[in-house]
Amino acid sequence: MTIDWASFTPWTALAGGLMLGLASALFILINGRILGISGIVGGLLRPRAGDTSWRLSFVLGLFVAPLLYGVSTGLPQARVEASWVTVILAGVLVGLGTRIGSGCTSGHGVCGLSRLSPRSLIATLTFMGAGFVTVYVLRQLGVVS
Amino acid sequence: MIRRLSEFGVGLLFGLGLIVSGMTNPAKVIGFLNLSGNWDPSLAFVMGGAILVGVFAFAFARHRAKDFFGDAIQWPSSTAIDPRLVGGALLFGVGWGLAGFCPGPALVSMAAGVPKALAFVAAMLIGMFVFEKIERRR
Repeated sequence: MTIDWASFTPWTALAGGLMLGLASALFILINGRILGISGIVGGLLRPRAGDTSWRLSFVLGLFVAPLLYGVSTGLPQARVEASWVTVILAGVLVGLGTRIGSGCTSGHGVCGLSRLSPRSLIATLTFMGAGFVTVYVLRQLGVVS
Repeated sequence: MIRRLSEFGVGLLFGLGLIVSGMTNPAKVIGFLNLSGNWDPSLAFVMGGAILVGVFAFAFARHRAKDFFGDAIQWPSSTAIDPRLVGGALLFGVGWGLAGFCPGPALVSMAAGVPKALAFVAAMLIGMFVFEKIERRR
């Protein structure tokens, strides 16, 4: 392992992280639920009366974020190196996996670890470990440098 | 109405946080997951910053029975560490490593007009839909 100092951005990472933590904190206090993206979106596919509008309000906020950020300072680049087929396979795996495992980076990673939930700790260690191994394999195959 | 606006505002803050942190750039996420290669530790600082705020906030919220609008706070009821939790997290982690997108950043990037993010989100919704179909049959 070497450290990629050229890409390392600790301050913006920390600032963004504080914003994510603040949003998660506000969400439990105004909505009474855990801020978990996969659960919020997944619930839209299981529509129940009175359970849809809060999900849509939150997701709309997510959608407006890049537009607002874009007009103020210009969006940072988003480089997707994976092929179209890989992106689609990855999307299906993420959709299935987050619903089977009841959470993703936000619900288990941010909220769960903040609540000191052992269940979320296991989930987070598992998906991070799987991510590390996947990128290791991609590097062995020459897909990732 | 004020509650819907608050949820919109929190979504906006969360989305902006994802952009500022670098999570919406899949190449940066892959750089973090490239632990055995040329490793970019930035995303550990994202998690650290979020949890730093979260630990205090959730400790405060834990003592409240109700949210600011007077409804009961719905804490997750499951504490089970079972094959379902681990299996789901494994599938998610593999998908995360393959493309560098997790659900939140993918939605934000889709709204920013990144074509592959749109494909990812469409596929993710299909995956979630399949889950619903299987769940309903059980």
